[in-house]
Amino acid sequence: MEELQELLKTYPANRHSLLRILQAAQRQMGYLPGEALREVASYVGVSPAEVYGVATFYNQFRFIPYGTHHTVVCLGTACHAMGGQLILDAFERELDIKAGEITPDHEWSLDRVGCIGCCTKAPVVVMNDAINAKMTPFKVEEVLAGLGLQLKRSTDSEGEEAGEREPQ
Amino acid sequence: MHLKSPDDLEQFRTRILEKRKAQDTKKRVVLCTGTGCRGAGALDVYDAFKKALGNKSDIEFKTTCCHGFCERGPITIIEPEGIFYQRVTPETVPQIIAETVKKDQMIEELLYQDPQTEEAIPAEKDIPFYKKQNRLVFGHNRLIDPTQIEDYLAVGGYQALVKALFSMSPEEIIAEVKSSGLRGRGGGGFPAGRKWESCSQAPGDVRYVICNCDEGDPGAYMDRSLMEGNPHRVLEGMIIGAYAIGAHEGYVYVRHEYPLAVENVGIAIEQAHKMGFLGENILGSGFDFDVTISKGGGAFVAGESTALMASIEGYVAEPRAKYIHTVESGLWDKPTNLNNVETWANVPVIIEKGAEWYSKIGTEGSKGTKIFSLVGKINNTGLIEVPMGMTLREIVYDIGGGIPDGKRFKAVQTGGPSGGCIPEEMLDLPVDFDALTEAGSMMGSGGMIVMDESTCMVDVAKYFTNFLKDESCGKCTSCRDGTLRMYEILDRITKGEGKEGDIELLEEIGWTTTEASLCALGGTAANPVLSTIRYFRDEYEAHIKDKRCPAGVCPALITYTIDAEACIACGKCKKECPTKAITGEKKVPHEIVQAKCIKCGTCKEVCPVDAVKVE
Ligand SMILES: Cc1cc2nc3c(=O)[nH]c(=O)nc-3n(C[C@H](O)[C@H](O)[C@H](O)COP(=O)(O)O)c2cc1C
Ligand code: FES
Repeated sequence: MEELQELLKTYPANRHSLLRILQAAQRQMGYLPGEALREVASYVGVSPAEVYGVATFYNQFRFIPYGTHHTVVCLGTACHAMGGQLILDAFERELDIKAGEITPDHEWSLDRVGCIGCCTKAPVVVMNDAINAKMTPFKVEEVLAGLGLQLKRSTDSEGEEAGEREPQ
Repeated sequence: MHLKSPDDLEQFRTRILEKRKAQDTKKRVVLCTGTGCRGAGALDVYDAFKKALGNKSDIEFKTTCCHGFCERGPITIIEPEGIFYQRVTPETVPQIIAETVKKDQMIEELLYQDPQTEEAIPAEKDIPFYKKQNRLVFGHNRLIDPTQIEDYLAVGGYQALVKALFSMSPEEIIAEVKSSGLRGRGGGGFPAGRKWESCSQAPGDVRYVICNCDEGDPGAYMDRSLMEGNPHRVLEGMIIGAYAIGAHEGYVYVRHEYPLAVENVGIAIEQAHKMGFLGENILGSGFDFDVTISKGGGAFVAGESTALMASIEGYVAEPRAKYIHTVESGLWDKPTNLNNVETWANVPVIIEKGAEWYSKIGTEGSKGTKIFSLVGKINNTGLIEVPMGMTLREIVYDIGGGIPDGKRFKAVQTGGPSGGCIPEEMLDLPVDFDALTEAGSMMGSGGMIVMDESTCMVDVAKYFTNFLKDESCGKCTSCRDGTLRMYEILDRITKGEGKEGDIELLEEIGWTTTEASLCALGGTAANPVLSTIRYFRDEYEAHIKDKRCPAGVCPALITYTIDAEACIACGKCKKECPTKAITGEKKVPHEIVQAKCIKCGTCKEVCPVDAVKVE
C-alpha cells in the first residue's frame, strides 16, 4: 500500500480525481483490493461506500486479481451474432470457472466484454492482450492446450481408429 | 515550431507540400495499423517491413489507421500508383518489396478479387466496397499517420480553423452550422447548430465543450476509427465550436477500452499545443482554448449526456432529468455543449466548403454523410461512409457484397442495443434519421449488424435486453425492472417454457418501460423486443407454441444429429467432442448420444463433409 500512497500524492485530493485515481490504482495493482478502496476514500475525503459504489458501477474495475493467463471473451453484438456465446461456454467448460472468476491456482482468469471494436473479426477473444480473431469452440481448446491447459476431453486417439469411409 | 499567425501556418504548409511534391513520384509503402488490421496481424507485418527495408532505406514507409475495409486486413497500399494489397502477411513482405516496390510488378494474389467477375482489382477506388461510398469525413484516414500533424496539414488541415477565427464571427459560424443542416451523429440527431446557439446564449462566463467518444454501443467502432485515425480533425472541429460558443475549456471523453484512441488523441493534443492550435492566443487570434482527456470507465449509460458529465466530475454515471438543459447547466453546472466525435469531425468541412455545398449531400431532413460499421453475416465487413438516404439494399448488396455462404438475408439491426431490426421487405428504405425512426428502429451511432436465416430473432431480442438490463443504471424502476422482466420472459421463451400471452405481456412491459423512464436508455430499451415482435412474430410463436427455434440457435430447442448417409466415419467429431457424446467405429457412421450432448457446436465445426445437422 505504500506505493499506492505515493501514487495518491500525484493527484489532487478532490472528487473530480476519483475516477482517475481508481484507474491509476488499478493499473498499478492489477485490481482494486478492499484496502485500496478505503485508502482512496480517505484520501479523496468521501466514504468508502461511496468509492465502492463508483468502482462497482463501472465495468472497468475489478476486485479480484488477474490469473497468469487472462482471457476476455467479446460478447458484443457482432460477436454474439457470430456465435460468441458458444466461445464463452467453451472457456467456462474447459477452465471450470464462470466469467468474472479466477481458477483456485490463480493460473487462469476469465472475463466477458461488450465489444472491443474488432467486430469484423468476430467472434473475438483477447488472451493475454493478444487478439484472437474468428474463434470457434474447437480453436478455444487449441489455444488453451497451447498455453498448457490439460483439456477435459480425453486426448486418447480412439477416434482416429475409425478409418475413412468413402463418401457415398 | 510555434505558429503565431495564419501566414506562419501557410508558409509552414507550403514547405511541407514542397518537400512532399519531390517525393510524390517515389515509391511509398503505406500500412494500416488500426485496431481491425492489428487483429489480423498488422504489427507483425509492420516488423517485417521495418526489417526488410532497414533503417537507411530511401523508400518511405508509413503507417495509418483504419481505411474501413477491415475484413481484408492487414491492408497495404503502394503509392504513388495506389495499389491495394489485402491480407498481407509477414511472409509476403519481401516479395512486395522485391517485385512491386523495386520492379513495378503487381502481385496478383494480394490484389482484391471481384467475387462476381473474379477479376483482380489493383486500385482501391475501383473496389466495389469503396465505389459507392462518399468518404467526406473518413477519407483522409488513408493518407494520415495520426501521430504526424504534418500529414494533417498536408491535406489542408486547420484551414477551416483559420477561416473561422479570422474571417467569421461566432454568430456567423453558428449560422453556417445551422444552415448546413448538420444533425448530431451520437444517436439523437439533434441539430448541432441549434445546440451551439443555445449554449452560446446561456448566461455565465465559463462554458465547456465536450467530445463524446464513449461509443458504448457494442458492434460499432466508427468513433474509435476517427479518433485513432484522424484526431486532429476532431480537435479542429472542437476548437471551431469552442470559439463559436465562447468556451475555453474542452474535454474528450474516451472509453478506456480504446487505448489506441486515447494514445493518439493525446499525441495530437500535445502537437496542437506545440504548434499553436491549442493553448493561449491560438494562431495570434486572441482566442484561448484547451482540451483535457477524460477516460471513461466502461459503462454504456456513461455515453448519455448528463451521465457523461457526472462521470467527468467523478461520480457514478447516472443520467438526470432533462428539464434542466445541459446547454444551460451541464458540467459543474456551467453551460456545456456536448457533441459526438463524428459530429465534430463534420465541422471543418462545413466551414471550409460552406453550408450550401454541404447541404446538397443527403436527404431533406438529414444532411451530409454517415459512417456505419457494417458487420455480422455479410461478406464485406468494415466501416463505410455513405450519403444519407442511400437504401439498405445498396448498402447490404452493393457495398457489403451480400450474405456469405449463399444464405438468405433476414434483417439488419441498426441503432445499437436499443435500436431495432429491419426486415427484408424494407430493404429499399432510405437510410436517414427519420426513416429509421419511422421503421421502429433508429440511427443510433451507426452500428449495422446484418443477420441471415441462421440468426434467431428471439435470441437477438434476448441478447439486447440482457445487455440493457446489465447496463441500466438502476435509477428508474421502469427501466431497471422492466428490462429485467422482459429478459426473464425472453429467457423462458428461448428455453421452450414460453406461455400463451407472453407476447402481449412483453408488449405491455415494453410500453411501460418506454413511457416511464427518465433517459433514452430506458426510453428505447424496449425497441429490440417490440421491433422483433412487430416483424418476426411468427418466430416468437414457433418458440412458444411449437417449442421450435426455426433458425436453429436456441440450445434448449434444437438437436444436433449426424446424417448417416453423409457421414464418412472419419472420427473427427468423436475425437473432438468435449463430452464424449459421439459414438461410432471404423466404417460405422457416427451418432450423437443426445443425453450427453451440450450443443457446443464443435462437431459441426470439425466435420469435413457437413454431415452434422441442427434442427
Ligand atoms: C444510453 C445512452 C448511451 C449513449 N451513448 C453515446 C455514445 O456512446 N456516444 C455518443 O456520441 N452519444 C451517445 N449517446 C447520446 C448522447 O446522449 C448525446 O445525445 C450525444 O453525445 C450528443 O452529441 P450529438 O448531438 O453530436 O449527437 C447516448 C445516449 C444514451 C441515452
Ligand atoms: S462485437 Fe466483438 S469486437 Fe465488436
